[in-house]
Amino acid sequence: MATTDLPAASAAKGNWFERIGAGHFLLAVALLVYPAVASDFFLTQIGGYSLVLGMLALSLMMLAGYGGMVSLAQITVAGVAGYAVAIFGENGANVLGFGWPWWIVVPWAVLLASIASALIGWIAVRTQGIYTIMITLAIATAIFYFAQQNYAIFNGFSGFAGVRAPQFWGVDWRAPLPFYYLCLGIAVLAYVAVLYGARSTFGLTLQAVRDNPRRMRAIGYDVTAHKVFAWFIAGIVAGLAGVLMVWFNGRISPGTIGVGAAINILIIAVIGGMRHPIGPFIGAVVVVLMQTFAIDIVGAQRFNTLIGLVFLAIVFFSPDGILGLWERIKPHLAQEGLRPGG
Amino acid sequence: MKIHRRALLALAVATAFTAPGFAFAADDTIKIGLLATFEGPFTVLGEDGERGAMTAIGEAGGMVGGKKIEIVKGSSDASPDSAVRAARKLVEQDGVKVLIGPLSGDEGIAVKDYAKTQPGVTFINGSSAAQDTTFRDPAENFFRFSTDGAQWMAGLGTYAYNDKGYKTVATVAEDYSFPYTQVFGFMAEFCKAGGKVPSKSWVPIGNKDYSSVIAAIPDNVDAIYVALGGADAVNFLTQYQQSGGSAPLIGGSITVDQTVLTAQGKLRDVLVGTPSAGPTADTNDAPAWKAFVEEYKKQPGAFPSPSLFAHAYYVNTKAALIALDEVKDDLSDGGKAFREALAKVSFDSPTGKVSLDANRNGIADIFLTEVSEGADGTLLNKLIKVVPQVNQTLGIPEDQFRALGAVSRDNPSCS
Amino acid sequence: MSLADQPKSAIESNGLSRRQGFLLLWLLVAALVALPIFAPWPAWLNAVLISKKAFVSAIMNGITLAGLYFLVASGFTLVFGLMRNVNLAHGSLYLLGAYIGYSVTQWTGYWLVGVAAGFLALALIGILMQVIVFRRLEGDDLRQTLVTIGISIVAADLMLAVWGGQTYQLATPEWLDGAVTLPIITATRSNGAAVFLTFPLYRLVVLAGAIVIGVALWLMLNRTRVGMMIRAGVDDRAMLSASGVNVHMVFAIVFAIGAGLAGFAGVVGGSALSIAPGEDVRYLLASLVVVIVGGMGSIPGAAIGALLIGLAEQIGLVYFPTYGVVLTFVIMVVTLAIRPQGIMGRG
Repeated sequence: MATTDLPAASAAKGNWFERIGAGHFLLAVALLVYPAVASDFFLTQIGGYSLVLGMLALSLMMLAGYGGMVSLAQITVAGVAGYAVAIFGENGANVLGFGWPWWIVVPWAVLLASIASALIGWIAVRTQGIYTIMITLAIATAIFYFAQQNYAIFNGFSGFAGVRAPQFWGVDWRAPLPFYYLCLGIAVLAYVAVLYGARSTFGLTLQAVRDNPRRMRAIGYDVTAHKVFAWFIAGIVAGLAGVLMVWFNGRISPGTIGVGAAINILIIAVIGGMRHPIGPFIGAVVVVLMQTFAIDIVGAQRFNTLIGLVFLAIVFFSPDGILGLWERIKPHLAQEGLRPGG
Repeated sequence: MKIHRRALLALAVATAFTAPGFAFAADDTIKIGLLATFEGPFTVLGEDGERGAMTAIGEAGGMVGGKKIEIVKGSSDASPDSAVRAARKLVEQDGVKVLIGPLSGDEGIAVKDYAKTQPGVTFINGSSAAQDTTFRDPAENFFRFSTDGAQWMAGLGTYAYNDKGYKTVATVAEDYSFPYTQVFGFMAEFCKAGGKVPSKSWVPIGNKDYSSVIAAIPDNVDAIYVALGGADAVNFLTQYQQSGGSAPLIGGSITVDQTVLTAQGKLRDVLVGTPSAGPTADTNDAPAWKAFVEEYKKQPGAFPSPSLFAHAYYVNTKAALIALDEVKDDLSDGGKAFREALAKVSFDSPTGKVSLDANRNGIADIFLTEVSEGADGTLLNKLIKVVPQVNQTLGIPEDQFRALGAVSRDNPSCS
Repeated sequence: MSLADQPKSAIESNGLSRRQGFLLLWLLVAALVALPIFAPWPAWLNAVLISKKAFVSAIMNGITLAGLYFLVASGFTLVFGLMRNVNLAHGSLYLLGAYIGYSVTQWTGYWLVGVAAGFLALALIGILMQVIVFRRLEGDDLRQTLVTIGISIVAADLMLAVWGGQTYQLATPEWLDGAVTLPIITATRSNGAAVFLTFPLYRLVVLAGAIVIGVALWLMLNRTRVGMMIRAGVDDRAMLSASGVNVHMVFAIVFAIGAGLAGFAGVVGGSALSIAPGEDVRYLLASLVVVIVGGMGSIPGAAIGALLIGLAEQIGLVYFPTYGVVLTFVIMVVTLAIRPQGIMGRG
């Protein structure tokens, strides 16, 4: 609960209401009271799950939007954290499961994930632009296969089941309400960090590197180091999401980090929009709602056609996703009656 | 920034009001959740599973215990994650108290784990056949009237050793839990009879090019035991034929099912005469089976003969309906009476008597078959022998069976 | 014309010298490989490598599989080289070609007609994709790539709707069927008779076909006017356009060839192996790894990459099946670490 108030706390001086902005304030209120109107199912399966996927897409948006590196390995990074939780914490598979307490397991899992992310980044930044997609897809597949084939560490095809979220402070963190607020708190943290990080020295340098690496190198910046560090930061966000993901599912297996899952994250980021950190979360809500309720509306059989077409339409008509769509419609709404057409 | 704020607001409002209402079933209907794979490559199998379930419901006239049955479908893509997600939606959003599914082995284990968190809901298996779903760390409210992958192999090892006279057999199987279970079931008997398995090839699932694997099989084995499914089986068999392979084959339950037998090409040359075992047989003459096939064929899009997925969903749905009828659809006590009735269900299915053991796993007849050419030239599994009432420990006392350990690449071994 | 001639000769001398170097390397490797292949093996070598039959088969299968991979990857690399378009729907083109080839073969009864249909139908689809989709997004590499992802998702689902989840197999005609005996002794029977290795004829034909197509592609790129334009486009798209060439026409031709080759490979591969959902992702990944290793945009690179990956896959399958699938990706990562642009790629 406390963490959700963080934006307010961090901007305590001055007119905090104005600094945060009315939109953020209203969103925060809406998200905080959401549990009052939502059923348990909507709290976790829609709310919590969207926040987790949103964070994953956020880590992708960060790399793509500020660093110009589109990665398909974000689910892999999350998977490293998820597997770490299952391996170093407790699981029901009778394989490994060292039973470390959660307050060691979680930071350790996130650290491992960010190191993995930095390594993937180190390989990926050796190439440029569009190559990054291919390299990261190939790396993600390699790790997927490795996890599927290795029984000693990853327990092979079946992976790990029976991973439970911890219980502390008298709260079961996988119960619907605590889990929702946990996801919300961490997602807000990640969101704020990315939002403010983008305006920090590092964030601005990264964007400059994206726009003109040659000039930045000439000025004396270590371009590779900046990019790899960006991967490390994105790894923290994805790693946190990975921990939440394994608590959410209660299990992790190679299928969780397969090619389809990797592409799903990209779809979420693109549908939401990669201009602003809120985009990935919008995309996540839309995709999760579609995934959950498509079977009631169009039947599950052609669900992939539906989502593929939505994705294509977005890429074609609104390269900045739903965010961009809104930006296009907005002037029309605001100036309605004054200047038809716009 | 201003624009984004509006977007956020709109989003916030939108999400807040999509909050749900639990759709409670009307008093005169009972909701049953049906979970199967309706997306991805296994859609065909999921749809046949659905046909099996609908056959059972059709036989009951769409009514049970005086109420109308309302089926709510949930779809997975055969991954455990998606199966649990679909199960959660059926239970937590659609409010079903009885859920039938899922289709495949690892999905079954995942749904069983989920079942433990929903003690008020009764889970009945679809066609998943992993041993551990009911054998290790079972859930009180997960029932499986269909049998597991090791049970399906009952009688095959003994038959291969005694009747076919194979002393050494090499195995080729996919590298995941279901084939481990099948190889386990085959070898448990074959090794006990005195056979040797000098070479086991575990091939990554989805591998297409088996020619090198085939070349690496020792030349001096009497037969090759193949536990591959669908496309993998077709690839292996074709390449085995192309490479001029001469050792006879022994098939896993899904290696010689109708999806493979109906495949085009010359693989049929190596298939004829292949013994196998499983929960069904194409040439079963029992009137109950024939009646079932007739009923099944009334379903839209039905295959000429029900697949073992249709059969498993049928058996499990049938059992659920029998128990529901007994308690008059009364699930008001959190389904406790229903589960007690379910545990006692014993009925004559199209493939013989079905009942449950203490772990709520099915005890049923298993069919030993051999691939043969039908009158019209199609391939089918000819019934050789019925192995009556196979239990989960394959007739071995439970403590001894447990001592054999969990199935894996290396367990069992008799080289 | 002098403008266009200049880069042509530059590339050619550059490419040829490099090619000659690799030719020498190849001959050396071939000689080393050939030596133990034809001679009978001592017992200890048989023991180490399971059996001579297993080893030689793995090598032969690797090389023939490489032929198939080359067919798929050459179209991929060609399109990338010219248009900087990472066509992540390339695997879908492969699978669609296979399905079309299957249906046409079933319908007409002639396998060769099916092969031709696979090529032509996909070449046409390639042109349509270029005209309807990619031309609108010209110069925006990322969006082009995203669009191909979207197309691959929709295509996979629609193919599932049309052809279902079954496994299909194209029957090869009689004259391509059966096995040939190779002059390679795998073992000696107790009575002294030598056991020769038999190998499926069809796989050898696929390999021969791949070599023919590879050479034809090379000749087209290096000896024809269209090839000259394509290579000029690879070097400087804007300049090619400025010198009066209809760039869109060139793009459409390249896309037609690339997609057509994928469709062709689909029919050929569907006859050697099988056709089923999921094959699209498999061949996309194979093409990705092949061209990353071999070097984006290079036809000889695709050949080398295909050979490496094909061999690695088959040897991995026999000698360390557990991690064999990972091996190809390890090769890729190592290549990237040492030579980011790929073996034949230009820095």
